[in-house]
Amino acid sequence: MSTAASMVRPGRVTAQLATPPVDAEAVRRDFPILAREVNGRPLCYLDNAASSQRPRAVIDAISRYYETSHANVHRGVYRLSQEATDLFEGSRETLRRFINARSTREVVFVRGTTEAVNLVAQSHARPRLGAGDEILISWLEHHANIVPWQMVCEQTGATLRVIPITRSGEVDFEAFVGLLNDRTRLLALSHVSNALGTVVPVQRFIQEAKRRGIPVLLDGAQATPHMRVDVQALDCDFYAFSGHKMCGPTGIGILYGREALLEKMPPWQGGGDMILAVSFERTIYNALPYKFEAGTPHIAGAIGLAAAVDYLETLGMERIAATEHELLVYATSRLSGLPGLEIIGTAPDKAAVVSFTLPGVHPHDLGTILDAEGVAIRTGHHCAMPVMEFYGVPATARASFAFYNTRAEVDRLVDAIAVAQEMLG
Amino acid sequence: MDLKDLYRDVIVDHNRNPRNFRPMADADRRAEGFNPLCGDRLTLYVKLDGDRIGDVSFQGSGCAISVASASLLTESVRGRTVAEAEQLFDRMHSLLTRDGEVDSGSLGKLAALSGVREFPARVKCASLCWHTLESALHRAAEPVSTE
Repeated sequence: MSTAASMVRPGRVTAQLATPPVDAEAVRRDFPILAREVNGRPLCYLDNAASSQRPRAVIDAISRYYETSHANVHRGVYRLSQEATDLFEGSRETLRRFINARSTREVVFVRGTTEAVNLVAQSHARPRLGAGDEILISWLEHHANIVPWQMVCEQTGATLRVIPITRSGEVDFEAFVGLLNDRTRLLALSHVSNALGTVVPVQRFIQEAKRRGIPVLLDGAQATPHMRVDVQALDCDFYAFSGHKMCGPTGIGILYGREALLEKMPPWQGGGDMILAVSFERTIYNALPYKFEAGTPHIAGAIGLAAAVDYLETLGMERIAATEHELLVYATSRLSGLPGLEIIGTAPDKAAVVSFTLPGVHPHDLGTILDAEGVAIRTGHHCAMPVMEFYGVPATARASFAFYNTRAEVDRLVDAIAVAQEMLG
Repeated sequence: MDLKDLYRDVIVDHNRNPRNFRPMADADRRAEGFNPLCGDRLTLYVKLDGDRIGDVSFQGSGCAISVASASLLTESVRGRTVAEAEQLFDRMHSLLTRDGEVDSGSLGKLAALSGVREFPARVKCASLCWHTLESALHRAAEPVSTE
């Protein structure tokens, strides 16, 4: 392992280290869906922050599992069940290595980032919170890192405090320090903003919180697809992410939790797999991580996610970051050249996300007009309504890039926007 | 799919220059509509003259389809009785969601919205103002949501 600090640096920095970009034309052949047409035009998929596409390797890993190795896990003494268990637990080890967790006991399979945050809110926070306690989040958060905390505050009488952001879309560090106090019980922060692309310098925030003994949860849904994440180097307590934004299946994700904290947390859901022994008088819970995995897990999802990790690591996270950074720079420059177009979110360090507004053209109309050209972008509030409110816009258009996108696709986006401006502007 | 069928000249014109786009201080009825998916918001004002719609106006923000639809609505229901407006609501609903069941010739300028049918994701944009009108005419207190 290289030095921990360099491993968690985002794409902008690594790009400058002259990492060669991935060969876009070659990787595009790995993604069957990229060959299809939409409305008579080749698909130009620029909604990767909502969900990425799947390479053949992931689709095949899932099919192969169902065709040759499926049985329930952790149950049978027969060979097939053991094979399925080995594949499932092998996937957990792949995910452990991917985020550099100390142990697979710290790697819990969940449905996705949303479920991971809810699990921490209900199992870690809820028993510890009382009236007057505070949970700290930022203005950048996705609804999935707001609502679970509002719910637990309602249940316990705790208060939700919100760190403001600056006009450029950065979390205000000074304001954060000012909000910390002896009733702050948890900091829940985006690693990368889904709506604006801001890469939050989370290490500064974590260090400050840890100095005061405040646990930190990071919402890493937008980070793990684009940069190397090392939970030990970050020194966070919880890290949540989803498979489907990083070329893996939907319905599977990871909650990383520091073992000492997970040990103290009660189970969240009850059922099979999370128990050692059940009688009507008493149930003995299973060890970590199974204590938090009630019911038959999404075995194929875990296997598919591990295949996605293998795929990304074969390309190299640094190369992916460098490739996407080049696309961000090119897209920012081309889009800035369009008359009146305003980019929302101009932090110096960004993932490959460009959120923007266009005078006279509502984002929803833009989405439809671009769709006619085969260009798929997200339009709306991006599940981050407070961010929209901060900028005083009802919605934005958002193009978000993956390593398989090309400059030619950025050009198609720009040309299609020009069509929309001519039609409606 | 042809964009020209969605963004017809009438639609583009009413989006650029929405008619009756103003608040109404002495409105008898007022209702709010909200489309959470795209953030369209509008407030519809109605002044009744007996059982006729004496005046109608709207304010708000939204996509071209929702703004043009609301603008066309105000032009087409002014002077009509409440019962006639409700019949029009039903015909618009059919126009936006079903093929070939409405004589679009009887709808006048509103027929310009028939292209929306081919864009299922946009039907709610066009129908928001009509649901809001329905709410205003029935004095519903809650904001109308398309979700």
